[in-house]
Amino acid sequence: MASIQLTGLKKTYAGNVEAVKGIDLEIADGEFVVLVGPSGCGKSTLLRMVAGLETITDGTLKIDDRVVNDLEPAERDIAMVFQNYALYPHMTVFGNLAYGLKNRGVKREEIERRVHDAAAMLEIEPFLERKPRKLSGGQRQRVAMGRALVREPSAFLFDEPLSNLDAKLRVQMRVEIKQLQRRLKTTSLYVTHDQLEALTLGDRLVVLNGGSIEQVGTPMEVYEKPASMFVATFIGSPAMNMLPVAYLRERGANGLLDHLAADTDVIGIRPDDLRIEAPDEDHLVVTGTVELFEAAGAESHLYVSLEGSDQPTVIRTSARPPVAEGETMRFHVLPSALHPFNQASGKRTQQGVS
Amino acid sequence: MQTKQMTFPSRWLPYALLAPQVAITLVFFLWPASQALYQSLLRQDAFGLRTTFVGLDNFARLFDDPGYLNAVSATAVFAVGTTLLSMGMALLLAATVNRMLRSRESYTTLLVWPYAIAPAIAGVLWWFIFNPSIGIVPYILEILGYRWNHRTSGSDAMLLVIFAAAWKQISYNFLFFLAGLQSIPQSLIEAAAIDGASPFKRFWTIVFPLLSPTTFFLMVVNVVYAMFDTFGVIHATTQGGPAQATNILVYKVYADGFVGLNLGSSAAQSVILMAIVVVLTVIQFRFIERRVNY
Ligand SMILES: Nc1ncnc2c1ncn2[C@@H]1O[C@H](COP(=O)(O)OP(=O)(O)OP(=O)(O)O)[C@@H](O)[C@H]1O
Ligand SMILES: [Mg+2]
Repeated sequence: MASIQLTGLKKTYAGNVEAVKGIDLEIADGEFVVLVGPSGCGKSTLLRMVAGLETITDGTLKIDDRVVNDLEPAERDIAMVFQNYALYPHMTVFGNLAYGLKNRGVKREEIERRVHDAAAMLEIEPFLERKPRKLSGGQRQRVAMGRALVREPSAFLFDEPLSNLDAKLRVQMRVEIKQLQRRLKTTSLYVTHDQLEALTLGDRLVVLNGGSIEQVGTPMEVYEKPASMFVATFIGSPAMNMLPVAYLRERGANGLLDHLAADTDVIGIRPDDLRIEAPDEDHLVVTGTVELFEAAGAESHLYVSLEGSDQPTVIRTSARPPVAEGETMRFHVLPSALHPFNQASGKRTQQGVS
Repeated sequence: MQTKQMTFPSRWLPYALLAPQVAITLVFFLWPASQALYQSLLRQDAFGLRTTFVGLDNFARLFDDPGYLNAVSATAVFAVGTTLLSMGMALLLAATVNRMLRSRESYTTLLVWPYAIAPAIAGVLWWFIFNPSIGIVPYILEILGYRWNHRTSGSDAMLLVIFAAAWKQISYNFLFFLAGLQSIPQSLIEAAAIDGASPFKRFWTIVFPLLSPTTFFLMVVNVVYAMFDTFGVIHATTQGGPAQATNILVYKVYADGFVGLNLGSSAAQSVILMAIVVVLTVIQFRFIERRVNY
């Protein structure tokens, strides 16, 4: 159990590649924090700095109020689950789990007990005597998790641990990881670029972009009040629609936009918030032609070209609406569903639209 | 399984293309090998006037000959010494170079050079370095209080030929070890580091076991090299001496046959060597079939 504190953490690779540009973040004891961001934004680099696999160019890293900048990975009391699992191919599953304990001089009986406990928890007991290459992808993933948790470290670090699994297994493991973390209450830092993992797994979500933090908050805060246009379009699928304020004013929405801050020039609207049925309250109305209708099981996506705008717009409806491709129709938006942004700064202009 | 098939315009062209290789194999390998087999069953009298068929008597005599048994043990010491030294040094160098980032290429190029040198030249080089009267190493050893003389001391001579033979083979081993090291995923080493293994322990418990296919392959190659390809090294340095101390099997074939003119015995020895080569080659091919052993 430990808290992790990152202050002004920076990483510059040879050739002046600034992978991480000053990160401030505090992870409380027992908290589950998810790091999300596009490819190349420095997620892995940041995680590896915490693990001690990458040197820290600048800033301080504290684990449990102890500065660990210059400590070896082994001295930081963390465990890491790698994307490719990094299981030792020449050792059995038992050997893989026991390796870290042996290196730390844990007694034989204690090793046996802990390995069997972890194996039972992850349901990998039948494979203890097998070599990793004789396991399926999902089983290997469990072994990799097991290797992290037998050590009973003060923090878990995960680098996209589920990205090599098929969709079904990924959902199952996601739920298991969450339950496991709830049970063990071990501080965890989890890197992913998967939307669902980002929104469902953590207590808090950190959105990274180009080596800097865009937003930190609970997943729902981030989803409901994205702090920047980047976060707005990155979190949520399909992505949020962005429309110029001028365009909405032209459509006669003046009265409904008055409460927005003066510097607002872009409005974000989630695909779910463009409705086909008109609500009772005052609302905006836009007209568009349905270019493409996509039925995706429980929900449907409409790709619409709005009248007088060249911005492609996506709408998500829950059931299968009676809509035909090529049809021109009206869409309704409640003022409370508008996300105001400033194009130049890319930031949200007003805290709280209600 | 589908195989690639090539259609030639005429029937004899493929045979014509193969002919040079077949001719070389016939003239330089199959014919001498059959001659050796045939000779090994014959014995000439002292004047080379009469040749009699003696069956396996040449072989039987060899195993009663203390000189031959001495050559067997000298070969064993030489082969083991050369293999251990060249592989040990190569692994050390490969592990060191593997940690470098920018200068890796230039070091690799430099370390490969010795391989391009003929064994006899390597022998002469080491003969100079270790020359008891003008060499640099005996001079330094003298200062340290050791009188190096491979002309009188059998163990000095053995060390000299081992150095010379191993030195030439380090390049080859180095390249294979480096390739082997580079094929080990970095994340395994990182996982071991997080699992609390010191660099030394990481090497012996993760890297070395994962290198074992390479190590085994190189072991066979090096033993074959030490036993058969080192004629030049021996000839240029000790010529089997002093007192037969470095007279390894392959050198003894030459010494008995071409210097001692005992053709029957020499042929029998080369047949035995041939058998050893066959065995080692089989081991190597069996192994290559199932490359990974973990
Ligand atoms: N060893 C290195 N040397 C130089 N630059 C590097 C090195 N490792 C990573 N980078 C650069 O640092 C940036 C961040 O890389 P990082 O691996 O942290 O991205 P990531 O967010 O994990 O991406 P992904 O989602 O694709 O895994 C990238 O621009 C990458 O090119
Ligand atoms: Mg990454």
